[in-house]
Amino acid sequence: MPELGKYATEVLLAYAGAIAVLAGLIAVTIAQGRAVRDRLRRMEGDK
Amino acid sequence: MSLWEYANPKKFMATSGAVLPWFAVAAGLATLGGMIWGFFATPPDYKQGATVKIIFIHVPSAMMAINIWAMMLVASLIWVVRRHHVSALAAKAAAPVGLAMTLIALFTGATWGQPMWGTWWEWDPRLTSFLILFLFYLGYMALWAAIDSPDTAADLTAVLCLVGSVFAVLSRYAVNFWNQGLHQGASLSLDKEENVSDVYAYPLWLCMAGFFLLFVVLLLMRTRTEIRLRRIKALEARARMTDA
Repeated sequence: MPELGKYATEVLLAYAGAIAVLAGLIAVTIAQGRAVRDRLRRMEGDK
Repeated sequence: MSLWEYANPKKFMATSGAVLPWFAVAAGLATLGGMIWGFFATPPDYKQGATVKIIFIHVPSAMMAINIWAMMLVASLIWVVRRHHVSALAAKAAAPVGLAMTLIALFTGATWGQPMWGTWWEWDPRLTSFLILFLFYLGYMALWAAIDSPDTAADLTAVLCLVGSVFAVLSRYAVNFWNQGLHQGASLSLDKEENVSDVYAYPLWLCMAGFFLLFVVLLLMRTRTEIRLRRIKALEARARMTDA
């Protein structure tokens, strides 16, 4: 862990917030993509 | 081979499916590599202390927030002029990524501003234009969600995108237009005198490349999902007609 000194809270907060938003966006994108792909496969399989 | 061939959804799906894993690996390596390098291996600044490390997420996210809107504008204009559905869907797919990037830029800017400026927020020209850009992203997504007809939604969101571009430009050049805010000028410059030190510039370039690649990956994935959703709607409409 690097020495962050008196600004440790702000730096860690910035990184944690940004990583949380990015991780959430990636997770939602993957989940939506899989759900829609599976739904389309089922529909095309039913044809 | 013409770029317009990718306006064909089948061609787009085949090509994007083939390149996606490579882009995903490159995006992961560059983003994680740049952030780890910036966080663990750069020294504290003589004035800003450790808060200088926030630059490695703040600058790339702010850059992408503006450039994603510019990409949406180009895609929207292609839709308006040539009526290619894939370009309209790409603009729609890019908006949540741009919203997330704008949110990260605002949040990390506030966490840096509190210890350096003594305030989380100031109605500074760049900060304010970024907040308006954030609201434009929200409005753009809400407009897509509010209109049932996809072609009408694409037309109206293209107009909104054009209007919002004013604020995207203002976000980029606010510090140059109004030299009175708290926000400093560009961190990276071709002028060596104005540029940040190499010890910060190299990981910053890597982070910027990583955020750009991450955007490309998310854009391709989300556009593929939008194309599939459009196909599902077409199949449902066909089934309803068959039943009737």
